Amino acid sequence: MPDTFEKVAIQLRVNGKSHSLTVEPRMLLVELLREALDLTGTHVGCDTTYCGACTVILNGAAVKSCTVFAVQADGSEIVTVEGLEKDGKLHPIQQAFGDSFGLQCGYCTPGLMLSTLQLLSKNPTPSEKDVRKAIAGNTCRCTGYQSIFKAIQLAAQNSKGA
Amino acid sequence: MYPRPFHYHRASSLREAATMLSQLGENARFLAGGQSLIPLMKLRFSNPSHLVDLSFVPGTAYIEEESGALHFGALTRHGEIENSATAAMIPVLHDCAAGIADVQVRNRGTIGGSLAEADPSGDWATVLLTQDTELRCLGPKGERTVPLRDFITDAYTTVLDHDELIREVIVKIPPKGSAGAYLAFKRSAPVYPTASAAVQLTLDDGACKDAVIALGCVGLTAVRAKDSEDALRGREIGDKAIAAAMEAARTAADPQPDMRGSAEYKRMLVAALVKRAIQIAMRRARGEQVEVGHIYA
Repeated sequence: MPDTFEKVAIQLRVNGKSHSLTVEPRMLLVELLREALDLTGTHVGCDTTYCGACTVILNGAAVKSCTVFAVQADGSEIVTVEGLEKDGKLHPIQQAFGDSFGLQCGYCTPGLMLSTLQLLSKNPTPSEKDVRKAIAGNTCRCTGYQSIFKAIQLAAQNSKGA
Repeated sequence: MYPRPFHYHRASSLREAATMLSQLGENARFLAGGQSLIPLMKLRFSNPSHLVDLSFVPGTAYIEEESGALHFGALTRHGEIENSATAAMIPVLHDCAAGIADVQVRNRGTIGGSLAEADPSGDWATVLLTQDTELRCLGPKGERTVPLRDFITDAYTTVLDHDELIREVIVKIPPKGSAGAYLAFKRSAPVYPTASAAVQLTLDDGACKDAVIALGCVGLTAVRAKDSEDALRGREIGDKAIAAAMEAARTAADPQPDMRGSAEYKRMLVAALVKRAIQIAMRRARGEQVEVGHIYA
């Protein structure tokens, strides 16, 4: 008889909304977000803990959601790119990425914006070195990064007092 | 990519986790931060039938100073060590924590998980081999303390029994006049280093009273470069002694050629890292504050 793998009940808050779900233990957090909650702004890039396209904020910390089991996120508070915009108004980070041409194809952009969110929440006035270190785990194949650095510095300036 | 299906268990204490693992048998594994295990499971190199998740056990992540040593709960994340003023009392620990992979991985990966995984390219074992480091290990039968130098026996292999885990990592604070440095060379942030070197020097009136040197990523485990240490111990550290230590490190290294470089390239690289780490450790031993990070290509 084949082994049966019992599902696990979990609860989590995503972008301020509570969810109760029953998941297979091997389900990855990124799949939970994309498949179960239809939040497809979180992208799967390399699926090997390298590229950072799947970066989300879990209890205030940026993580690669392709390398977290959904069951490990039980009881947690998650922010995805869909949680940045408020009342139809872009978040200062989103606005800055647009204004500075900090994206081209856009595939890496949600992950980069969430890495930026963690950076600015802990360090509102980052140096260029701080910025480079904060996004070292996010790969962009289009921009060459310079416009992303500019976008993050602009976001830091625009977030002051926000 | 999905791992093979597995049964998921949560423990409420580390002792309970060890007992669970022993009852679940050989195909059960502990899950800590998961930053090594989950990728291995997705590639199906590791296929446990049961995972016992340690991350919901309370009181397992802490950094405390107690009687001349720093105590790290095994589930303390690299990022917590990176940002801890207490951990910075031993600057080489900050060198290591701040350079492991990237922000996202440091937010999940744990010091205990990294040591228990014993990846030949892991950072912690190399650094902690140069320190007076002990591991408090816990199994269903009780606790034991293992010095780190006796802990890792081969690639991905430690003295831990199947149902035993690391509970605490204890690192003695070096005395005044003793300082270390850790340098790792990486092609980019998220990857393992190509080679790494950790150096701890104790200076006495300018002369080298003691030296401990460990090399990473250039063998099946992190290794002590004892001939490099001998090249420095009891001598004034000048160009000649450093050149001898570099040559000894080249010989001590036994790297595998791979996509990160040829064996000869890695030998030259690790010798260069030893040189730079010696120079930084000397400045620190003289009381200078020196910031060190991993070096990117």
